[in-house]
Amino acid sequence: MNSDFLPTAKPMARLIEELHRLPGVGPKSAQRLAYHLLSASEEQARALAEAIVALKEKIILCSSCQNITETTPCSICQDQRRDRSLICVVERPMEILALERTRGYKGLYHVLHGAISPMDGVGPEDLKVRELLARLQDNKVHEIILATNPNLEGEATTMYLQRLITPMGIRVTRLARGLPFGSDLEYADEVTLTRALEGRQEV
Amino acid sequence: MSIPRLYNTEAIVLRKLELGEADSILTLYTPHQGKIKAVAKGIRKAKSKIGGHAELLVHSQMLLARAKSLDTITQSQTIDSFIGLRNDLWATSSALYVAELVDRFTEESEESQPVFRLLLETLRRLCNARHKELALRYFEVHLFRLLGYQPELHQCVACHTSLRPSSCYFTPDGGGVLCSNCRHRNLVVCPLSLNALKVFRFIQAQPFAEVDRLKVGPSLAGELKQVMRRYIRYLLERELKCAGWLDRLERESPVSG
Ligand SMILES: [Zn+2]
Ligand SMILES: [Zn+2]
Repeated sequence: MNSDFLPTAKPMARLIEELHRLPGVGPKSAQRLAYHLLSASEEQARALAEAIVALKEKIILCSSCQNITETTPCSICQDQRRDRSLICVVERPMEILALERTRGYKGLYHVLHGAISPMDGVGPEDLKVRELLARLQDNKVHEIILATNPNLEGEATTMYLQRLITPMGIRVTRLARGLPFGSDLEYADEVTLTRALEGRQEV
Repeated sequence: MSIPRLYNTEAIVLRKLELGEADSILTLYTPHQGKIKAVAKGIRKAKSKIGGHAELLVHSQMLLARAKSLDTITQSQTIDSFIGLRNDLWATSSALYVAELVDRFTEESEESQPVFRLLLETLRRLCNARHKELALRYFEVHLFRLLGYQPELHQCVACHTSLRPSSCYFTPDGGGVLCSNCRHRNLVVCPLSLNALKVFRFIQAQPFAEVDRLKVGPSLAGELKQVMRRYIRYLLERELKCAGWLDRLERESPVSG
């Protein structure tokens, strides 16, 4: 922990340290949040603590799609209106929320919980790959859409999965790589532009 | 005279580490400062102007701002994204292996233009070379030469007699080859075939264009790889993370190149 602010009371120091571990919380904001909670009502502090504990106790992974859920199978996997021949593979649960907001996708999902990253020692066995392959055994799935992130780890994961799944006779597709809406062509990198050209369409 | 706050540099992105919600800490290899770490703010947002211009294994022209702890990347423009290796899992993984070697074997802020050039040329070779495996061996041999770990391949490291052209033994901790009389003086040896010795000597002495013309079959290629792996394991006292991954890919589907 940074030495330029050393709170005297131990519980204070402990809370600041825990908050500082959260993504996007620097030492200064951790300190500010901790002092805010100190002055908050007992009720408010307890509600926050209980919400955090409930998150850890009640949230589980869906036995089928590995998304975070309260019940397994999750509501998406249980929904009989969804197309069960189609699985969209994403890295993180957050990405399902983004895809659901489009309202354009009616198939199922599968969350890998990460991407292959050889330099960090993250391989397929550290991801929910085995669980994905198990879902493909009953021949009901006709297409896998690989929707990993457009970076090196995401692309490596896509190439690896494509190599595993294509021989099973299942159609493997990936999201089109293109330019972000509202961005400037001028700032696009070479890989994005090349992929966007490859994926160009009739207007 | 004060040091200017902004400076321009070429850089190759070796590693990236996520920081907070949208930032990353990048490990860069530059021609004039060697390895440095820098922050790329907002790089993980879809609309970041730096985005793909500072992705792993991209060669870019960057503008950095000096700061007390970590410098910040303020602009980046791709020079080469080595697109040829991005559609091939083995080539991508090999390039990561190369980046990991550079990261492990260099210290921060130690300038080495030859290492920068070797890294750049190796990434190009992983896109274009006929013999991509030999491009990796060429990289390892010359990286070690530049960093002072060049193995002795012409005389026995124990008795210093010139090696006759025959099979011999490689000793990682002796830093070179042992003749058959001296092999018992060292416990950690691996046999080195005459052909492997010849290829290593050729790689040490010749430009890559010549090396790329060699005919090297799978078993010889495997031997060359294993000898270098043992040497690297000895020097680093650990296994490279990408090495295990590459081996796995090769087991699951052998490389053609
Ligand atoms: Zn589910
Ligand atoms: Zn000897």
